[in-house]
Order: sequence, then structure tokens, then C-alpha cells
Amino acid sequence: MTDAAADTFEISGRRVRGLASIMIFATLLVLAGAILYPVLATALNGFKDLSELRTNPLGLPHVWAWSNYWDILTGYRYWQVLGNSLLIALLTVALTLALSSMAAFTFAHLRFFGDKFLLSYLQLGLLFPAATAILPLFIKVRDLGLLDSYWGVVLPQVAFSLAISVLLLRNAFRQLPEELLDAAMMDGCGYFRYFFYITLPLSGPILSTVAVISFVGSWNGYLLPLVILNSESKYPWTLGLMAYQGQYMTAWQLVLAFITLTILPAILMFLFAQRYIVSGLTAGAVKA
Amino acid sequence: MTTATTYAESSPATTTYVEPARRVTLNGWAVIVVFLPPALLLFTVFVALPMAEAAWYSFYNWNGFGRPEKFIGLKNYGYLIGNATFTRSLINNGLIIAVSLLIQLPLALAVALMVAGRITGAAWFRMIFFLPYVLADVAAGLIWHFMFDGDYGLAGAITTAFSMPPYFLLADKNWAFSAVLIVIVWKYFGFHMMLYIAGLQGIDRSLLEAAEMDGASAWQRFWHITLPLLGPMIRLSVFFSVVGALQLFDIIVPLTGGGPFETTNTMVSYLYYFGITRMRVGFGSAVGVVLFCICVTFAFGYRRIFMRND
Repeated sequence: MTDAAADTFEISGRRVRGLASIMIFATLLVLAGAILYPVLATALNGFKDLSELRTNPLGLPHVWAWSNYWDILTGYRYWQVLGNSLLIALLTVALTLALSSMAAFTFAHLRFFGDKFLLSYLQLGLLFPAATAILPLFIKVRDLGLLDSYWGVVLPQVAFSLAISVLLLRNAFRQLPEELLDAAMMDGCGYFRYFFYITLPLSGPILSTVAVISFVGSWNGYLLPLVILNSESKYPWTLGLMAYQGQYMTAWQLVLAFITLTILPAILMFLFAQRYIVSGLTAGAVKA
Repeated sequence: MTTATTYAESSPATTTYVEPARRVTLNGWAVIVVFLPPALLLFTVFVALPMAEAAWYSFYNWNGFGRPEKFIGLKNYGYLIGNATFTRSLINNGLIIAVSLLIQLPLALAVALMVAGRITGAAWFRMIFFLPYVLADVAAGLIWHFMFDGDYGLAGAITTAFSMPPYFLLADKNWAFSAVLIVIVWKYFGFHMMLYIAGLQGIDRSLLEAAEMDGASAWQRFWHITLPLLGPMIRLSVFFSVVGALQLFDIIVPLTGGGPFETTNTMVSYLYYFGITRMRVGFGSAVGVVLFCICVTFAFGYRRIFMRND
């Protein structure tokens, strides 16, 4: 930590001037290069053929081998793994939103015998990662006949995201003015209608935070589908990528093209919905 | 570290809230009966029961078929105690924690300070630094597997440039784990940077201006004002680092697969390679229980000691 670094944090509306600002800018530029380089190199090297990859791993391709990408894009494998991931993620998000908002609403507005106990019980899920119970979970999914099915992945994912989702939503629902509920009740509006017509429409931001957290978690998920799914036709992209790598281990250029294409949706989503994703993933962590 | 967001800080019991004096009506009971059971059922079946069963299975030698019948007491745990590979996994988890705290967090804080100022392109820098965090661990691991490849990747280019023989870091049993550590810092420091930026934005500027007026140097302002006020965020960031480190798995598989010579496993990858792939349900459950105990002890202890006032 240098003086110059501390100096930039004069966020009092003034620019940092002179040498200090140039040094900071240069440092950031180098760091940004180091961060971006592996991703860019992956995308560019996907355009080379294997012999060029060996002689020229750093620079732009001399001959652009478009066919690496083209063959993946025109085959059904790529679209299949993306489709599977999308299906699993959307089911996970929809179920998480539905179940956690219902439970959170109950905990936010109703006092009944054992309510605190049940809420603490759900919060137990915050204490340990899914990996700790993965073997018994596998047995459970098998005994329920859900092995090698989308639901076998979706239901545990939802179950593990409930703890954080219920916590975030309950805290947000409680911040809606109490008078609103009183007034609605006075006018003869029941809890159910209040939930659908007042609570949910007023909770857009926090619902989108929960949606982002569970979507990203599901989209990037690896261990759970790895344990539950057997048939390649059901693989999400994370498993599909590893399978592809296993098959073309010696043809790095194809693996790199496949990596690039499979991370592309996440990058595009990030670029277009940056605000929601950043605030969803960080604010979600901070608020909880 | 997307999974780390499943951890949270506040316990509901500590939030002060005035209980509404409203009586639960019939309509209210209907809500309780309709809205609560689905979540509770799913949580019980897929989270609570498996964890309880892990404790039970861990006393058996069981391959997952039929019922667990071969009761072997604490033998599964006993096997772990002297086991070199498991010990190595524990050490590796410790190394991840050490690197996260000693390298990643200071880096994230320094970068946060740099981009929180009105430097040209600050928004772009923030976006670039956060980008690796949204990529899946599996993809990040595979990308870096290529970078470290002695024939084709960056490592290959460097050795060629110095006309040295190709060097395969991922096959070097003394240094392979440092590759894992590099990828972790690359992927996760952006997340912590965002936490610190959020923390910096919450600091009252007038404090810093007043200090400057009184002649405090930039360093003094940082050390005596900014850093203490960032305290809650730093404690949170440390918490996420440790929790994330304890459950690290996805990066290991594409990068090293636990090798060479089983030197790069983490607890979860040990659980995967020695429990799940061999269907040693009892043994794998015992590893899970150990991990569970470490996580719970840490979460409770850390909150009690460091996060009491946050």
C-alpha cells in the first residue's frame, strides 16, 4: 500500500492529479491485462490449428481456422449442453423464487408457535456447503428415483438455496411499511391477495437479487450434476465441457474453442446486465 | 465462489423487531399451512436429512447398496487421522486460506482504493476485475490448465523464449498446488474488491476532508479513518474467503484432478475422489462430517469473536 494508492480515495469529487494518477492508471492497466489475458488467449487460440498453437501460443493467429468454432456451432452437442443448463437454471430459479418468497412472507408477517424455531432450522443451511452431505444426498436422490433426471439436480439446488433466499426476502418483506398491511386488512384484503398484489410487486429488486444468486449458482454448478447425472444427453455445459475435454484432450485448439463458446453466454449476460449481476452477487452477500 | 453466497451473517434472533400484536386469523393459518410446508419439506429431504444421515453412515462400511449393516464404529475417522493424502488435503485448504488472507485480500483492497477514486476508466477496470468471478470454476480451471501447459500454453511460450526445456508446472509435485492458488486469486479477488468498493462508498467523505484540513497525510487518513471504517467489510470478506476455501472443489478437477501424486487435493476433492467415485459411502460421509464440523466451528466461532458488533 503506497501513499499514492491511498490518495486516490479522495472521492471528494476531485480527480487525482499528476504523477500519482499516471502510476495508478498504469498499475491498473497492467493488472487488467493480466486478468483478461487468459480469457482472450483462450478465445484467440481457438482460431488456430494445433501446429500453430505450438509455435505461436501468444500472438494473433496467422491463419484463422474458423472451422474450429464453426464445427462446434453447427453440431448439436454445444446447443444441447447449453439448453440443459438453461432448463436446469430456469427451473431452479422459478422454484427458488416461489418457495422462498412464500416461506419468507409467512415468517415476515405471522407469529405462531414455533415460528422462530422453524426459521432457525432453515438457517442451518447457511452453515455448511452442499459438498459435506453429497454422498447421502446421492443415496436420497437415488432412492427417490430421481437419479439421472433434471429434477434430481434442480430440487437439491433449490433446497440448498432456500436458506439464503428466505433470509434475504424475509428481511426485505419486513421493511415494507406495516401500515400497508393494516390498511389492506382493513379493506378486507386477505394475506394471499396482499402477497400477490402488494408484497411481490413491491419487492422487485430483492427478488431479482435472489434470482441472480440462484441462477448463477445453478448455471456454474458442477459437483451436484456430476454426481446425479449419467447420460451425456442431460449434461449441463459444465459437465459437457469436461466431457469434451476428455474426448479431445490432445486437440487443445478445439477445447479452447469449446471453452470460449460455453463461457460466452455468461460473459454476454454479464456485459448486458452488469448492474444487476454485480449488485445481486455482492449486495446479496452483504445483506445476508 | 458463487456458492459462498449461501452463507450469511446475521441470525434472525439478534435483529430487533417489535412484534406485531396482531392475532393470527383463520386466513393467517391458511397462509401458514399453504406457504410454509413446501420449503420446509424440500429443505428437510435434501439438506437436513442427508446431513444427519452422513453422521449415521459414517460409522459403517457401506458401498451404498442394501442397508448399511457393517458397523465399524470410528474406524472411518481413525483411517483419516494418519492418512497422508487427507492430511495433505487439509494443509492445502489451509494454504488456500493463507493465500486468500495474505495476498488476495490486500490486493483486493489496494485495487478497490485505486478504482474507487475518479481515475479514468474506473468503471471499465471494475468490470474487468469482476469478470473472472462470473465464470464457472470449471471453465476457469480448464483455461488455466492450458496456460500452464508446457507444450502449448503460456508456460510453453516462456520456456521456448528462453530456449529452456518445456516445464510442466501441473505435473511438478512440489509446485503444482501453487497453480491452484494462482487461479484462485485470479478468479476471486474481484469479488472481494467489489465488497471493499461497496464499503468505501459508505464512508462519510467529510471525515476525510476534515482530516485533510487538519493536516493528516494520505497514509494517516487511510490508516486511521478508511481502514477502521472498512472493518465490518473486511471481516465479512475474510469470512467469505475462509468459507470459500473450505469448500473449494470445481477448480481442482479440470486443473490437476488432485494429482500429481495426490498432492493437490482439497477436502472436498478428497471426498470426491476417495469417497464418491469409489462408492465408499461410509468413508465419504465421515469426510463430510469432518468438513461439516470445521465449517460449523468456524462459522460460530468467527461470528462470536469477530462479528459481534457488525
